[in-house]
Amino acid sequence: MKKKLLCLALASAISLAAQAADKVKVGFVSTLSGPGGVLGVAIRDGFQLGIEHAGGKLGGLPVEVLIEDDQQKPDVAKQLAEKLIKRDKVDFMTGIVFQNILQAAQATVLGAETYYVSPNTGPSDLAGAGCNPYFFAVSWVSDSYSEATGKNMTDKGYKNVFVIAPNYPGGKDVVNGFKRYYKGNYAGEAYTKLGQLDYAVEISQMRAAKPDAVFFFLPGGMGVNFLKQWQQAGMNKDFPLFGTGWSFDQDTLAAVGEPTLGALNTSHWNLDLDNAANKKFVADFEKKYGRLPNEFAAQGYDAALLLDAAVRDVKGKIEDKAALRKALEAASFKSVRGAFKFNKNHFPIQNYYLRQVVKDDKGRFVNKTAGTVFTDHQDAYVSACNM
Amino acid sequence: MTWILFLEQCLNGLQFGLMLFLLVAGLTLIFGIMDVINLAHGSLYMIGAYLVATFTQATGSFLLAVPLGLAATAVIGMIIEVLVLRGLYKRDHLSQVLATFALILIANETTRAIWGLQALTLNVPEALSGSVQLLPGLHYSAFRLVIIAVGLVVAAVLYFVVVRTRIGMLVRAGASNRQMATAMGTNIKWLFTAVFGAGAALCALAGAMLSPLLVVQVGMGESILILAFVTVVIGGIGSMRGAFIGALLVGIVDTFGRAFIPPMLKTILPPALADAAGPSLAAISIYLLMVIVLFWKPQGLFPAGS
Repeated sequence: MKKKLLCLALASAISLAAQAADKVKVGFVSTLSGPGGVLGVAIRDGFQLGIEHAGGKLGGLPVEVLIEDDQQKPDVAKQLAEKLIKRDKVDFMTGIVFQNILQAAQATVLGAETYYVSPNTGPSDLAGAGCNPYFFAVSWVSDSYSEATGKNMTDKGYKNVFVIAPNYPGGKDVVNGFKRYYKGNYAGEAYTKLGQLDYAVEISQMRAAKPDAVFFFLPGGMGVNFLKQWQQAGMNKDFPLFGTGWSFDQDTLAAVGEPTLGALNTSHWNLDLDNAANKKFVADFEKKYGRLPNEFAAQGYDAALLLDAAVRDVKGKIEDKAALRKALEAASFKSVRGAFKFNKNHFPIQNYYLRQVVKDDKGRFVNKTAGTVFTDHQDAYVSACNM
Repeated sequence: MTWILFLEQCLNGLQFGLMLFLLVAGLTLIFGIMDVINLAHGSLYMIGAYLVATFTQATGSFLLAVPLGLAATAVIGMIIEVLVLRGLYKRDHLSQVLATFALILIANETTRAIWGLQALTLNVPEALSGSVQLLPGLHYSAFRLVIIAVGLVVAAVLYFVVVRTRIGMLVRAGASNRQMATAMGTNIKWLFTAVFGAGAALCALAGAMLSPLLVVQVGMGESILILAFVTVVIGGIGSMRGAFIGALLVGIVDTFGRAFIPPMLKTILPPALADAAGPSLAAISIYLLMVIVLFWKPQGLFPAGS
């Protein structure tokens, strides 16, 4: 009798599992605490607003988002990915901010043939020879922003540029992207220690080298330190400063304020991009969270809309992985960046804009779009991808 | 390389050294006198920076915010000493390391709960935001000159207090032989609380002076911790004079390493190799300094009680 009951329980559990297909489960692993937590929180907030705008559902199906904090630790991220895939059996994964965190988790996620939509990091190997049918990025390849900066500086006629970046593979990648499109000479190059606090030495070198502009890539707190010291040394009066959009996202502008004023940077998105989806996103984001969104939030929002569109396009039949891939590739959603389509490596073909930090009429520091650098830009790695 | 640039880099080295001195003065004070390894030193620095930034926003005056922030951090330090560290003096260093590491985690999460994840803004007071012309062609940030001045004043005051006053005498007595000092009737318990409070106030001063230059955010304490310990180890653990000399040495070696090693290598090595080796060599220069110092002087340059 006992055995029979157990069988019955088991059978009903199995049938329950089969029925659970009319619900979408999304595993959202992101960096939500520590110094890098600002980025993960922005992505999460954008993602949740996206789901809200999709009617609290994904493609008409009820959705459950399992949010986990990787604490910016690769080992934690890998464990979380395993838990989400093996125990919670999520249908999609998304959320990771940093490249080294993704590297730790990607074998688990992609190996289990679970679709991963990257709302931020876009490693160049996944865009090139290592492209993967289960990996989609709604963001960019890691050197796209610096490619745009390099192009813009060439277009503007700068001929003698000083470059500063941290001395680690990610820093070198970004500088290589810059060098691909910047055609002038170099007044100097400084590669600093990762996590360096004081940039007085490099700023003195820059002043002595008399460049006609400076390009810097210093992610996170390093960039804030550099910007503050740059302004205090009076460099902002003498040298135009160019950077990537990551150094001038809205959260950074709000925190750093004055020292960012006038800086030029490149991004695929901005607050003031003139399309209906973006206007709605910006207005509702500010209403819901009490601050202006940044590109990280926009990427999180787009990731949610992409999932919504894909689930709708397959009419909820998310078990059909081949159809789901076609639907994801079609990307039939209205992106906040305007025109959006995936290349064959599942990375976006998109525009990149020049932005300048200005004070708006409410006295806030915001980016103002100052031109289009690339139109329908493809990354440099797509030709190596056989997919 | 012009001599103006050389002079400017010397000033940078001096400034970085004094900035480090502000960071390690409290650490070495606490270690030398209380024999406690305080990993949460960086957290007190973070708390100090947050409090000064908050007081600056509230009062609108950086000058007013600094003493308020110092006093508040000293009180927080003394509360921590009474609640946490008092029970640990008789335990070994490992227990202290574990307890103060726990304090780092608690401080970070508490800071996050109170102030949120966003970095705080603390910009230089208007009067100091520009640069000063020291020589024709040599402009130097006014605020960095203030850091140099504050560093020198703090060093002089600490020297005076430790060498010339009764409190300093007790502190030195406690550092060189704690049991004897107790036997002679010194109230070590409250001396320690006061020292920890003073150490915390020094941390807050470092936080106040550095936060206009550096980002004020959760985790900022950990970014200075390794540098601070390297400086203390080079100078000699627990010695104020060692902390001062060690900080200047580290500041100047690090600055000169970054400023002059990469261009020097370019003159003797092929460009590709020099580009790869220069920054790496510059980055490890202070650790090389530490190895060299420890090889000849395993106790550091000026060990406490020498």
